[in-house]
Amino acid sequence: MSKIGVFICHCGENISATVDCGKVAEVAGKLEGVAYSTDYKYMCSDPGQTIIKQMIKEKGLDGVVVAACSPRMHEPTFRKACSEAGLNPYLCEMANLREHCSWVHDKSDATTQKAIDIVRTLVEKVKHNKPLSTIKVPVTKTALVIGGGIAGIQASLDIANAGHQVVLVEKEPSIGGHMSQLSETFPTLDCSQCILTPRMVEVAQHPNITLMTYAELEKLDGFIGNFKATIRKKAKSLDEKLCTGCGLCTTKCPTKKIPSEFNEGLGYRTAIYVPFPQAVPNKPVIDKANCSYYQKGKCKVCEKVCPTGAIRFDQEDELVELEVGAVVVATGFNVMTTSEFSEYGYGKYPDVITGLQFERLASASGPTLGEIRRPSDGKIPEKIVFIACAGSRDPAKGKPYCSKICCMYTAKHAMLYQHKVHHGESYVFYMDIRAAGKNYDEFTRRAIVEDKVNYLRGRVSKVYEENGKLIVKGVDTLLNAKPVEIEADMVVLASAGVANPGSEELAQKMHISYDAYNFFSEAHPKLKPVETNTAGIYLAGACQAPKDIPETVSQASGAAAKVAILFSQNELSREPVVAVVNRSAPPLYSTCVGCFMCATACPYNAIGEEEIKDRKGNVIKKVAKVNPGLCQGCGTCVAFCRSKSIDLDGYTNEQMYSEVMALLNE
Amino acid sequence: MTKLGFYPGCSLTGSSREYNESILVISKAAGIELVEIPDWNCCGATAAHNLNHELSVSLPARNLALAELAEMEELVVPCAACYNRLVMTQHELNENESLLATVSEKLQYKLKNDIKILNVVQFLEKYILPQLDELVKKPLSEDVACYYGCLLVRPNKVMKDARFEDPMSMDLIMQKLGAKAIDWPFKTECCGAGFSVSKTEIVGELSGRIVRSAVDRGAKAIVVACPMCHSNLDMRRPAIESYLKRKVDIPVIYITQAIALAMGLTPKQAGLQRHFVPVNLSVTQN
Repeated sequence: MSKIGVFICHCGENISATVDCGKVAEVAGKLEGVAYSTDYKYMCSDPGQTIIKQMIKEKGLDGVVVAACSPRMHEPTFRKACSEAGLNPYLCEMANLREHCSWVHDKSDATTQKAIDIVRTLVEKVKHNKPLSTIKVPVTKTALVIGGGIAGIQASLDIANAGHQVVLVEKEPSIGGHMSQLSETFPTLDCSQCILTPRMVEVAQHPNITLMTYAELEKLDGFIGNFKATIRKKAKSLDEKLCTGCGLCTTKCPTKKIPSEFNEGLGYRTAIYVPFPQAVPNKPVIDKANCSYYQKGKCKVCEKVCPTGAIRFDQEDELVELEVGAVVVATGFNVMTTSEFSEYGYGKYPDVITGLQFERLASASGPTLGEIRRPSDGKIPEKIVFIACAGSRDPAKGKPYCSKICCMYTAKHAMLYQHKVHHGESYVFYMDIRAAGKNYDEFTRRAIVEDKVNYLRGRVSKVYEENGKLIVKGVDTLLNAKPVEIEADMVVLASAGVANPGSEELAQKMHISYDAYNFFSEAHPKLKPVETNTAGIYLAGACQAPKDIPETVSQASGAAAKVAILFSQNELSREPVVAVVNRSAPPLYSTCVGCFMCATACPYNAIGEEEIKDRKGNVIKKVAKVNPGLCQGCGTCVAFCRSKSIDLDGYTNEQMYSEVMALLNE
Repeated sequence: MTKLGFYPGCSLTGSSREYNESILVISKAAGIELVEIPDWNCCGATAAHNLNHELSVSLPARNLALAELAEMEELVVPCAACYNRLVMTQHELNENESLLATVSEKLQYKLKNDIKILNVVQFLEKYILPQLDELVKKPLSEDVACYYGCLLVRPNKVMKDARFEDPMSMDLIMQKLGAKAIDWPFKTECCGAGFSVSKTEIVGELSGRIVRSAVDRGAKAIVVACPMCHSNLDMRRPAIESYLKRKVDIPVIYITQAIALAMGLTPKQAGLQRHFVPVNLSVTQN
């Protein structure tokens, strides 16, 4: 006869608003094998946990059912409480009355009855629970950081400074990311490059950081503490040891008219190139898609001029396998291009540009060396219109979210323009000014009051070109709401921040979740903002959602701290929810017949062979053996096994059947 | 001979008879018979959907029902406003079961609501364009401005034109006729629509800006596919000229008239004599 305790949580009003918790406790108390039951407002709180601990001791409970929220939320909490009271934590189960019942039904007797049924099934399960012990696995104290923008740089430096090894992988030829493209940064107007480039150099020189540029994640296997990552190092067509970074090849390359990614298409680069002069590493790569030699078989000018003979046309991509204990994903974001805006000309007007392009025009390292000149004819625009929320907060564009950074950078752009073109006029069309942040609102006020930027609250319906001017048709919704037409020389779209192309594919490679807009999902929106749902993989920066530099850096340091916490342990305790092949007395030894269907079905390559030998060492039988370090407890092998020889600890067939039978035998 | 259902609507029997005449004459030349819905009624136009939602759906629904009873599978609706009302009705009834039940009750007929409704451009693309190479006898040569107006490509959630801010369908047809369709920004701007009667000066301004843009960008004709657009750009020329403070003699023709002319039919067969602004193009000269 079991002695099970049932503890019903109200979850404030989350459960008790639709479920009669008192009644559930009363009925549960009468179930066979239940020795004690009660309800309480917040079972997860200290007094709530104390009730559970006291009752385990007082009543000598041998099983516990906590009927509360999802086990995702508080199973560890309650199992820990049971363990502290001397009960094996795997004898504690959670009945999910919140997500599975109270949140999805209206208040009624039927809702309470469903709650009772859920509790009943778990009571039956617990009767068959067996004490389990956690599995210890070692931790590889090397972190993989994917993405070399400011998020990846910050995370790498923090982890490396904590004394751990870091491999930083960046898909472009240089680290630096979008921050390296920015001119000045809000709200202080300090130069982006001046604060970023020293950090880039620090990364390159740090003894604990291995930098892999022009490289991408190919594959990620394993689990927390024990990942196996395959990195594709794309062929740079260069022997990096021989290259001195003199740059002669880039000046002599005859293919000079390739739109520069770094300059957002507002300038050109050569086929063998360094993205920008302050690049780290400051060594070129050959862009095969645009190189005459790779495309037409002729040229090799770079090879001829290279004083050290560093060019390697026959170099191939290299696959590198790494063992890492944690992964920080910091792959950043992108912005919508002007071609996605039908109403602003589908990208056909060269002087309608994105905010990121404006950064390049305003940057001292940009194509105009920091002078604001419009792309079409290089003239200094006398009148600029900035359109905030271009795409953002616009369900018609499929982006109902706020991109968060645009209000601030648009104010900054208008300010920079006014500082550089004193007689110029600037207009900002906006929906709301969202300038929440330290010194942020003061900054936008400064643009309006001191720099005389004209803020118009309203949307722009259309931009078209007439007689060399861009006609901006909008509306001023304040005071008499009237249509406004501005003849502008240049229009800057604060276009929505979007996930990088390939984000979805990358998320699938790593088995992390992503949202409807392909931004990576955090494990909990409030309490686990840097974790993903996959243990050991953390998020930093705008790959999660658009965010500004201070927030990105904070999150990157947060992710680094999580990695450091993980690496502070020599071994990890893993949930003992793993598949086990049964053993029985001789002469059978095991019902496993050694067909190894399970091994073909296992997605984690966790199943191998085991030889059962007699005392003389003769092999009697070959059976399947699950490596508990690799098994993820998915249960696929259990379903595949023809002789029912594999079972999943914690979720045995017996436990599952007893849950179902509890419902059927009502 | 291909037979298609046809809903002319009120404009095509009155102020835009030439639109009706030209679509019929080119259809005939292409071996297509357009069969009018028997006993068709008003689509409800702007008045109904401003005043009574159920009526604004019931009126077009009756026409759809009559077309179904006449076993029409496709229905050609040249007037952009009629087309918009019929398509929106079909869309709404497909989305809203209770409205469909109410309307069916009124009509004493259960709508299948699956008839394919074609506007003039969709009709031309499907039935005339494939034969155009053979049918064009006298290609056009002028630069023209294709003016789509507000109703042909909107609302986008129903029409799903990928380039609803800068549609190209009429431009491509005009290029097939030998004309050059200019790139201009007023393709879908409002002409002033129903203000034609009540506030003519507003139409003068809105249509005036459209006409000015077409003329300034070198167009020799404006090509339309909507009776309302046509009457505002053509009949309201005095109001337009008083807004622009200059004479503008650019003609406004229906896309079906352009096709008729390119087919070598006479200006009279195309109905050009019914316009206020005389149409003088290279194809009308000899």
